[in-house]
Amino acid sequence: MIGYLLRRLGYALPIMLGVSFLCFMLVYLAPGDPLVSILPADASAELQKQMMQLYGFDRPLIEQFVRWLWRALQGDLGHSIATSRPVVDEVFKAVGNTLMIAVLATLIGFTLGALFGFVAGYFRNSWGDRLASFVSVIGVSLPNYWLGMVLVIVFSAQLMWLPATGAGPGGSGSWTWDWEHVQYLILPALTMSFIPMGIVARTVRALVADILSQEFVVGLRARGLGEWGVFKHVVKNCAPTALAVMGLQLGYLLGGSILIETVFSWPGTGFLLNQAIFQRDLPLLQGTILVLALFFVALNLLVDVLQTIFDPRIERG
Amino acid sequence: MKPTHSARDPRDLGGPRQPLLSVRELKKHFPLKKTGLGLRGPRLAVRAVDGISFDILKGETLGVVGESGCGKSTTARLLMQLTPQDSGELVFDGLSLGSPGLSLRDYRRQTQMVFQDSYSSLNPRMTVEDSIAFGPTVHGVSQREALSRAHDLLARVGLEPARFAGRYPHELSGGQRQRVNIARALALEPRLIILDESVSALDKSVEAQVLNLLQDLKQAFGLTYVFISHDLNVVRYMSDRVLVMYLGEVVEVASADALFEQPLHPYTAALLRSMPTTDPLRRTEQAPLSGDPPNPIDPPSGCRFHTRCPDAQAICRTRTPVFGEAMPGRSVACLKYEPGSGYAASTIALKEVPHA
Amino acid sequence: MTAATFTDTRGRTPVVRSRGHGANVLRRLLRNPVAMIAATIILLLVLMAIFAPWLMPADPYATSMLKRLKPIGTEGLPLGSDELGRDLLSRLMLGGRLSLFMGIAPVVMAFIIGGGIGILAGYAGGWLNTAIMRCIDVLYAFPSVLLAIALSGALGAGITNALVSLTVVFIPQIARIAESVTTQVRRSDYVDAARASGASSLLIIRKHVLGNVIGPIFVYATSLISVSMILASGLSFLGLGVKPPQPEWGLMLNTLRTAIYTQPWVAALPGLMIFITSVSFNMLADGLRSAMEVKQ
Repeated sequence: MIGYLLRRLGYALPIMLGVSFLCFMLVYLAPGDPLVSILPADASAELQKQMMQLYGFDRPLIEQFVRWLWRALQGDLGHSIATSRPVVDEVFKAVGNTLMIAVLATLIGFTLGALFGFVAGYFRNSWGDRLASFVSVIGVSLPNYWLGMVLVIVFSAQLMWLPATGAGPGGSGSWTWDWEHVQYLILPALTMSFIPMGIVARTVRALVADILSQEFVVGLRARGLGEWGVFKHVVKNCAPTALAVMGLQLGYLLGGSILIETVFSWPGTGFLLNQAIFQRDLPLLQGTILVLALFFVALNLLVDVLQTIFDPRIERG
Repeated sequence: MKPTHSARDPRDLGGPRQPLLSVRELKKHFPLKKTGLGLRGPRLAVRAVDGISFDILKGETLGVVGESGCGKSTTARLLMQLTPQDSGELVFDGLSLGSPGLSLRDYRRQTQMVFQDSYSSLNPRMTVEDSIAFGPTVHGVSQREALSRAHDLLARVGLEPARFAGRYPHELSGGQRQRVNIARALALEPRLIILDESVSALDKSVEAQVLNLLQDLKQAFGLTYVFISHDLNVVRYMSDRVLVMYLGEVVEVASADALFEQPLHPYTAALLRSMPTTDPLRRTEQAPLSGDPPNPIDPPSGCRFHTRCPDAQAICRTRTPVFGEAMPGRSVACLKYEPGSGYAASTIALKEVPHA
Repeated sequence: MTAATFTDTRGRTPVVRSRGHGANVLRRLLRNPVAMIAATIILLLVLMAIFAPWLMPADPYATSMLKRLKPIGTEGLPLGSDELGRDLLSRLMLGGRLSLFMGIAPVVMAFIIGGGIGILAGYAGGWLNTAIMRCIDVLYAFPSVLLAIALSGALGAGITNALVSLTVVFIPQIARIAESVTTQVRRSDYVDAARASGASSLLIIRKHVLGNVIGPIFVYATSLISVSMILASGLSFLGLGVKPPQPEWGLMLNTLRTAIYTQPWVAALPGLMIFITSVSFNMLADGLRSAMEVKQ
């Protein structure tokens, strides 16, 4: 068991290294000099050379990468060019905000998706099944930013029940869990929940239908187990995979929140990314992407490991 | 394809006394994936084939028998070079495989195989005639000529070309597919055909037809067969000589009749006793072989069979028998027949005389 | 089972040939009503996009400060006008070109590149497979949206850059499927039989592997088209893809955002187009998958 864990970790480490290297290289993908965003274009050659030495751009690539990585591991991701604040602070504050809507969205999506999926799987080819399939196709075909806009149109502009943008009257700095603030959460989280809902519904439907068609279920019923008992069995069998899918969806939401956060002006990591891109704030861009990507890899690892622990069918070691 | 049994094959090099294929000390181990950190202890491996040597004579059918896991299928794959061996040599009609005289490509023209699963051995996307014609086209035969040959072969194996050539594998029954596989094997005009459990998956009646077909083809084309099977009755029917394998090693080789009438190796004897029979005078009171075969990763010391052998003695645990000729035409790997091995022969004598 | 279709005399005897696999899939697909509706919608959209310059009622670039944000059904502006007074119907029609192109082109390129890489890795096996797939895994470790935005953000706005970043996003996904399917096929007995006849690896890939592997990869790729469309228009929505004043549905959603308070239905129209196209592609992809799945 420990051997399996260590091996899995050993597999994840080179991936993380590769991911870090890719993030690092993003700066060099950008057309033009990395200095372009720091210095005005008409800076003297002398100044340019000084800045290059200061930032270490004149050193070989590998050396730059190692230095950057070393600093990153110690928690130093540089400073935002726009705000001069440490990148790490900005990113982690934003991550907290994104997690709020992402976790809520995942919970909503998972609950409703599992519900639809169960109904569909149990009552195959009935109207419930058709409805659930319909919902799941919608879920994955909707551009979520468009859905966000539509919800804003309906609930904010027309009905005026919920606010359209922002993170509360005091901004993200002062958050309390009261209606004043929570109402800002609802629309973004709801919008984000659609894709996970669709995917969870589809997965659960397939799982439930598959389990119900297996012979051991016939055996259970033949031995007199009532429907409730069968239901518990089905849940037990679906749970590991369904939860794994949920975990992965949370990861995707964390990484892909930029569109929703732009629509709702929610001050999360996506919003931060948006700023970084348009201000060509490369340290901020690099740092944010690195944190998000590594988060995703770590989450995948966690989901894998948990699945192995809880699903007796998977071979370990 | 015209050669008949009596005419000499123009490709024949060494004459009838030279073995068609001589297998020398073939070894194949499959290393296991690392467990734990894999850093401690020697790397374990499944010793699938552990140094086997035997000859396949021209024009014979050599049957190969043994339990599951004894290495039969690995041996078949090694003979076809679908898996390269770790060590050991294959000598085909006097030429060593890999030497300048015999390239892998030339070898593959002369040795072909018919697999067990008739469905998975045919490309589901190719028609029957295309599957058969593929081999010849690889070796330079024109498409037209290859298809024509395919049609001839289909007719030869009993499938009417007009009806079957344009069909896909899923449209045929198991027996028909196996005939197609045989036709495909024949398309390259080989001298040696390896039949790896080729009839095991067929219904009995179909099996009988295919076996008879195989006998006909052997006569007509002067073929040599290696017939691998777990069905001892079929092996007896088809084979001239029989080779018995146990846990990656050859334990006995003899002519079919001799082997079935008087098995020398205790394992062979046990195998034969486990054949079900409808003769009321031959009743089985005890299971002839007990337990599962030992682990090929860590085979028993000395003679590998000693853990299940009814005639085992203390010496069998420490001394490994040598595979040698016990009588003319019969080879066996058992300490009983090895002079000077330390095996107490008197026990045999004791058994034959119940009352002292 | 399947009825015969034509006689083939490439060999000597005239032979009656059965319908091939592709033909069977097509036949099943044609019988699927949902898939056929979806295919029709897509066809109409594609035709609309191709012939847009001739079908458009008005100039999609002509601005007019007086006619800004007119509602649907206005005289001369059947679907209303955008924030610069341009006719929305014309812009939607022309916008279809770029939106559809950005949906399909990256998938096609990823299919070729990713498919090639995956098949190579799958057939080669061993250390080459591991090396290639590890590199692919690094890319796969990013959530798609993040990777697309990261690459686009670094490369800068513009259609070519967006195309490149989307292709890079899809290559690992297709490569994984390709590798998985190819590894399976590689292990089958008929490939062994082909090797046993002395064929070279290249020949085996061409004649035996490709035919059996392209199907599943293709089906997977079609399911990516809708994702690509949504991602591409998402990039434009963020200002990273198509640049104004070119019409593209995602970009139009961006510029119309402020109009949701005054002309909500006009503002929502481009998104509706994306949605309809996306659903159709998904339905078609589902239908294709069902048609291929049936064990013959």
